Amino acid sequence: MIAEVGLALLWLAAALAALQLVVGALALRPEGRALAGLVRPVAVMQGLLVMGAFAALVMLFVTTDLSVKLVVDNSHSAKPLIFKIAGTWGNHEGSMLLWVTIMAVAGAFVALIERRLDEATLTATLAGQAFISLGFYVFLLIASNPFARLAQPADEGQGLNPLLQDIGLAFHPPTLYVGYVGLSIAFSFAIGALVTRNVGPAFARAMRPWVLGAWIFLTLGITAGSYWAYYTLGWGGWWFWDPVENASLMPWLAATALLHSVSVLQSRDALRAWTVMLGVVAFSMSMVGTFLVRSGILTSVHAFAVDPQRGAFILALLAIDIGGALALFTLRAGTVTEGKRFGLVSREAALVFNNVMLSGILGIVLIGTLYPLLTEAYGVKVSVGAPYFNPAAGMFAFPMFVVMAVGPLLRWRQDRLSGARSGRRLWPLAVCLALVLAVLVGVELTAHGIALLPALGLSVAPGLLLASLLPLRGRNLRRTPLPVWGMVVAHAGIAVALFGMASESAFSVERLAALSIGEAREVGPWRVSLDGMMPVAGPNWTALEANVTTRYAGGTPVQLHPRAETFTNPPGTRNESALETRWNGQLYVVLGEQAEDGRWQMRFWWKPFVPLIWLGGALVGLGGALALLGRVMSDIRRLVAKDKIAWRRMRQGR
Amino acid sequence: MTTPSTTLLKPKHQRLVLVLFALAALIGAGLLAAFALSRQASYFYIPSDIAAHPPEPGRAVRLGGMVQKGTLKTMPDGVTIHFIVTDGKARVPVRFSGITPDLFVEGSGVVAEGRMEGGTFVADNLLAKHDEKYVPREMKNMTESDAKQVVAQTQ
Repeated sequence: MIAEVGLALLWLAAALAALQLVVGALALRPEGRALAGLVRPVAVMQGLLVMGAFAALVMLFVTTDLSVKLVVDNSHSAKPLIFKIAGTWGNHEGSMLLWVTIMAVAGAFVALIERRLDEATLTATLAGQAFISLGFYVFLLIASNPFARLAQPADEGQGLNPLLQDIGLAFHPPTLYVGYVGLSIAFSFAIGALVTRNVGPAFARAMRPWVLGAWIFLTLGITAGSYWAYYTLGWGGWWFWDPVENASLMPWLAATALLHSVSVLQSRDALRAWTVMLGVVAFSMSMVGTFLVRSGILTSVHAFAVDPQRGAFILALLAIDIGGALALFTLRAGTVTEGKRFGLVSREAALVFNNVMLSGILGIVLIGTLYPLLTEAYGVKVSVGAPYFNPAAGMFAFPMFVVMAVGPLLRWRQDRLSGARSGRRLWPLAVCLALVLAVLVGVELTAHGIALLPALGLSVAPGLLLASLLPLRGRNLRRTPLPVWGMVVAHAGIAVALFGMASESAFSVERLAALSIGEAREVGPWRVSLDGMMPVAGPNWTALEANVTTRYAGGTPVQLHPRAETFTNPPGTRNESALETRWNGQLYVVLGEQAEDGRWQMRFWWKPFVPLIWLGGALVGLGGALALLGRVMSDIRRLVAKDKIAWRRMRQGR
Repeated sequence: MTTPSTTLLKPKHQRLVLVLFALAALIGAGLLAAFALSRQASYFYIPSDIAAHPPEPGRAVRLGGMVQKGTLKTMPDGVTIHFIVTDGKARVPVRFSGITPDLFVEGSGVVAEGRMEGGTFVADNLLAKHDEKYVPREMKNMTESDAKQVVAQTQ
């Protein structure tokens, strides 16, 4: 029953999306003006219906309805409740339903609260949103129906891949999806603005919070995903340049560029066509990512069951949406008039430079991700990994960091780097530069054999951190607007994460050993000893748990318990690593197999300052949240003030 | 001394400069990517490829094949293993230090990431079949066509 209701709701939502598209398109013509009032309520209703469909699927998973194919294939009655719920989106159909749900809810949200945009552009935006959603509805209903029943109910479900039975699954995919799909709003705004030829500061002011919101979720989703991969996969790495990781990084790079260019458009009315272009590119990258993952064209840990029909379908969707948007852009870009001018040395120019550098990194990542597909067509199998991505992306990233340090201190429009007044502004930058050089020399002299990239990262990071705080200099901290704090925190977060990455790759110590009970080893400053093994049992797994005593530089001993877990439904194993975090790094312990002579294989890493990577990511997200909060608060204040004025006027009988 | 307004470009020229700069950077990124890929992409080999055209020593490559039965040996340190990967025609000895994937056993397919050092392939990482839903792409083709035959030959 619930499955049928869910399916019916999904069909209704799809029908409303079609209605929204048609009505929106008609309302843009002079003779259809009367229909314009219909678009907002339809968008809201569509969001509510699809939310109902998603709730129905969650319900099916929670009650483990074994007559539904998706539940049988991906769930099991003995699974803990949280993984039953999270398992809803731990499969192809469920994740696509989550995708359209977020998309429709985001559209409904825009329809409900967006009041600053002119009505024609908003109608075009919602029609655009309906157009993209409609493609995904068709895809769901025809090629991947999540509510399909089995002719014969199964006795028991097949369970969820053990690697996915982790609390990370409950948060990481929904967070990322909100980010991906939030960018669809930016895409629709861009299309709406192109249709009505209304690209200007008002458009940017309306678009900016949506971009910012999507970007915050993307940042947090990527950070959480990186930490999840780090502790569950047991490989000790935090970024693998896996196609799916790249698929999340590419929209983030585009969204970061978009975020900055939209702020230029808002405050200076420049970079009009460029901003619209980035709006199209950012969501296109989200869809390219989905295509790569869902089609199974690229092998990845994230790939669900491979199905060529689905791949072809998503490819067609991609071609229609991106191709259509780019065609519209080409047709209309010429009619978007040039924005305001700015000098070579100005904040706009710095932002443009970094926009282009971000696009360069995006190009590098995109080409590297697609290259194996290209060579496959010629019968050559290759894989592309860190040896390509790190230096190639670094070539663009480091110039970007330099400009990122200087940019926020420049004036809008036109600035000069000579003269007494600019000297006073610029000497702290010289201090930062001196710090960078000092650290670089120090690193090269004291630590031998550090590769160029980590050494550069280690030295640039402290200078960048200091420089990112400079916009606060000479300000009254309590009166500094929240968006400025947001920028400072986010830029500082980049520096913090950079330091963590560089330190991890420069100073990690790895120790691989076969230990018998009671044996000890040195791992960097740590002394670790295997004290015993013990069998333990969880809700749906059994495990061997090692008791490892660790001691940092002769300090107090700490017990760690890495586990090798065995799952029965479906059969599988998982190495649960154990982590000990200190202020200056993390000890990472993995338990392997028992060798024939009875010794246990163990792997240890000492990773100095590695938690800074995720702390930095969280700071970047926090910076975004502060900026968003600042904007929303000033909007609310403006609304309240408007209301007050209107009320006074009313009372005075005017 | 020039006033700021005279140093600004005309709007049309400014747009042209921006477009050219963006194009230059993107073309630069493309060229850089092409150059780096030609040097850094890691090619996939099967043992008979390695016998015919060995990759230059130290270059990162991937080797795929079946683990020949009876060749898997653990060294006295307990964590280094030696085994032979075969495709039925040629054999390549492999050395690996680390924790092996769960489904890595003799007679199973494997993809090893690493490099040739002398006549031995030194693996940094082993990819084995994860579960029924995840198989390394190179291995899937292999298991479909050759696996049974290879297993029969190596038993």
